[in-house]
Amino acid sequence: MSDQIRLKKGLNLPIAGEALCEVTARVAPDLVAVKPTDFRGLVPRLLVKEGDSVKAGTPLFADKKCTAMVFCSPVSGTVDAVVRGDKRKLLEVRIKADGKNEAVQFDVPKASSLDKKGMTELLLQCGLWPCLKQRPFGTIADPEAEPKAIFISGMNTKPLGANYEFTLKDDVAAIQAGIDALGRLTKGGVHLSLCAKSFSKSVFSKLSGVVMHQFEGPHPAGNVGVQINHISPINKGEVVWTVDLPLVAVIGRFMLKGVYDTHRTIAVAGPAAVKPAYAEVTAGVSMKQLASFIAEGNVRVVSGDVLSGEAVGREGFLGFYDDQVSVLEEGDYFEMFGWMNPFRSKKFSVSHAYPAFLRCKKKYAMDTNENGGERPFLMNDVYGKVLPMDIYPLYLFKACLAGDLDKMEQLGIYEVIEEDVALCEFVCPSKIEIQNIVRQGIELMMKEM
Amino acid sequence: MAKNFFDKVRPTFSEGGKLSWLHSSFDAFETFFFVPDRVTRRGGTHVKDCVDLKRLLIIVVLAMVPALLFGIWNLGYQHSQVFGLGWGFWQMVWYGFVKIIPLYLISYIVGLGIEFASAQMKGHEVSEGYLVSGFIIPLIVPVDVPWWMLAIAVAFAVIIGKEVFGGTGMNIWNPALLARAFLFFSYPSKMSGDSIWVGGLSKALAGGTPWKGGEVVDAISGATPLSHASLDGLSAAGTSAWNLFLGDVPGAVGETSVIAILIGALILVCTGVASWKIMCSSVLGALCVGWLGTVGGVTDIPCWEQLLMGGFAFGTVFMATDPVTSAQTECGKWIYGFLIGALCITVRLFNPGYPEGMMLAILLMNTFAPLIDHYVVNANVKRRLKRAKTV
Repeated sequence: MSDQIRLKKGLNLPIAGEALCEVTARVAPDLVAVKPTDFRGLVPRLLVKEGDSVKAGTPLFADKKCTAMVFCSPVSGTVDAVVRGDKRKLLEVRIKADGKNEAVQFDVPKASSLDKKGMTELLLQCGLWPCLKQRPFGTIADPEAEPKAIFISGMNTKPLGANYEFTLKDDVAAIQAGIDALGRLTKGGVHLSLCAKSFSKSVFSKLSGVVMHQFEGPHPAGNVGVQINHISPINKGEVVWTVDLPLVAVIGRFMLKGVYDTHRTIAVAGPAAVKPAYAEVTAGVSMKQLASFIAEGNVRVVSGDVLSGEAVGREGFLGFYDDQVSVLEEGDYFEMFGWMNPFRSKKFSVSHAYPAFLRCKKKYAMDTNENGGERPFLMNDVYGKVLPMDIYPLYLFKACLAGDLDKMEQLGIYEVIEEDVALCEFVCPSKIEIQNIVRQGIELMMKEM
Repeated sequence: MAKNFFDKVRPTFSEGGKLSWLHSSFDAFETFFFVPDRVTRRGGTHVKDCVDLKRLLIIVVLAMVPALLFGIWNLGYQHSQVFGLGWGFWQMVWYGFVKIIPLYLISYIVGLGIEFASAQMKGHEVSEGYLVSGFIIPLIVPVDVPWWMLAIAVAFAVIIGKEVFGGTGMNIWNPALLARAFLFFSYPSKMSGDSIWVGGLSKALAGGTPWKGGEVVDAISGATPLSHASLDGLSAAGTSAWNLFLGDVPGAVGETSVIAILIGALILVCTGVASWKIMCSSVLGALCVGWLGTVGGVTDIPCWEQLLMGGFAFGTVFMATDPVTSAQTECGKWIYGFLIGALCITVRLFNPGYPEGMMLAILLMNTFAPLIDHYVVNANVKRRLKRAKTV
């Protein structure tokens, strides 16, 4: 049977605007984008030019280091624009959909007939390999590596995150097919973590070919990095792979139907979202098509969750891995005597310095105000309370700041990526950009190794 | 209205303005009145907890207010007692108020002046750390300390104790304690003895001039109970544990009343600003050594009375728990606090010439806190390495 792991540390952000369990929009793709910047460390080589017509599953660009690894168009249509940034860095390949939904048909053998090499080649060829991420560092999985195991988180504890039990309830067969496919890639087994509380009711509890784990606790208990730390922590020299559950369904659909089909149900939520609910979209959907969910005024549209998502703006596109869009008011206002106000009942604080902790049921319309100026590290005990891992976060951050590779390695840089320490950044009273510090630490490690 | 004022003068202090070199100071004043309109970075955490350092540090200051208020009354009370003046309540409070205000002015003008100047030089924002240090200093120095000495001590504490290490958050020693230590070791003649803890007493004794109330009623009561008790026990010092708990005894302004300090401790622990682990373990350490002292026959004072005497309570609650200079790991905090309590009582028991051990105990443990943390963190590192080997 599955083991139960109970985590105490962490925080469920009481943010207003949770999505109703209802799909209120089915967005037929119009303009979509594939962004090389969604993949850490990727140096892309463009394979198409503006005006080319593509199908769903046609490669758009490939990895320069591993040319077999391609990234495909999620829809059929024409290449509308190739957007480049500074130093001609490739930022986006935009596809104008033609509405025909034509897809490249792949010839898919049975998963059980493939070995690791065969399965790897298949996934590389169809453009679904980038669904697999690798720890340490959260890069795309290295096809040559031998992973210790593959981990999937079946519980989503992110603030306003999509409820997998709802969004993937019709995809259980596809997920099973995806798991069977992933099982060919590792000898260590595929590990799936589900929420302990709803385990018996979960639509995923009947899946086979996986090692089940049950987790209980506040965010980040649903982060796969935290789960790995408790199931089988990553040591120096080891590699594990992770796949998001919605992307397991995408792989499974490919295995069943032989087409590149990235449609997903995403949560569109947040304090500034109009009637927050779920929407059915394809990967890379334009935020313009979700405009009906987004309030007027000065708002920030985030692809991903409010802790570690990317602000893309009203005209931006959904990220490759993201299955939620968060909409927030921008907090660019001055608040008179804010920090002196004894109650400050409109704002949330986990610290007992405000009485917010007494109002435990209240949800807050959080905005993007920093709520203070940046200061040196001062309060040293706040970070550990929201990181349920056997790690001393403050020392790890300082090692990253110092660029001390040995120290970073000793203190656990292999086990975290930005999303795991996002709550540390949220609670930091010194307003330090902790995710950025860890990102730079990881990039330094990757460069030096 | 205030917003309009800041908006109007902002261009003067912004880049290209006439007073742009005063940007940090302008910023400090503006953020005092207004939480700034700065928004989170686009690639980080998009929402932030509404707590900031200003809020946390103001709570520390508020927690010290009961001790300060009691201290103000106690200054007048002690003066009135020693000189036999028979003052009423408000006269005592007024006397204390007049005595303490210059100390606060000096502490904040000198300390914040240096903080602003160094922030200006580095182009940083002014950090709020000194709000707390500046509030503590007048509470732990003798009330009759010459003003110029206090100014030098504050300057020393801020420059050598803090700014040379990079400012708030980087210092090794608690700046307020450093100021006091500086005074004690630089000007021992002014800073020690029995008479310094009652306002006006040392001056009167030195001058030999008669004063309005006539003779000193009981010059001995001017000595802190601590210095007597360390030799002879509490009753010989003419005081009781109850007096020590209430705090109507001579001593530094903030540290006499254990009850006022306990109110502060309650505020700090309830708001989670200071570590209860350090407070508890420090008390535990003091009790242990105090008990060993009585068992070993070194002293007759019961160990629990040690907790009420001298600067122990104030040091434990407000200075040992300084988040910058204390141990940073949860396990390290237990060790750090315990050793502070233990060392403080050890100094008291074995060094009758210098009975106030708290200051030195905390400064010493400040020095060793990084070492304690090093071993705690190293244990984690070793665990990780071991894990790798066993797999």
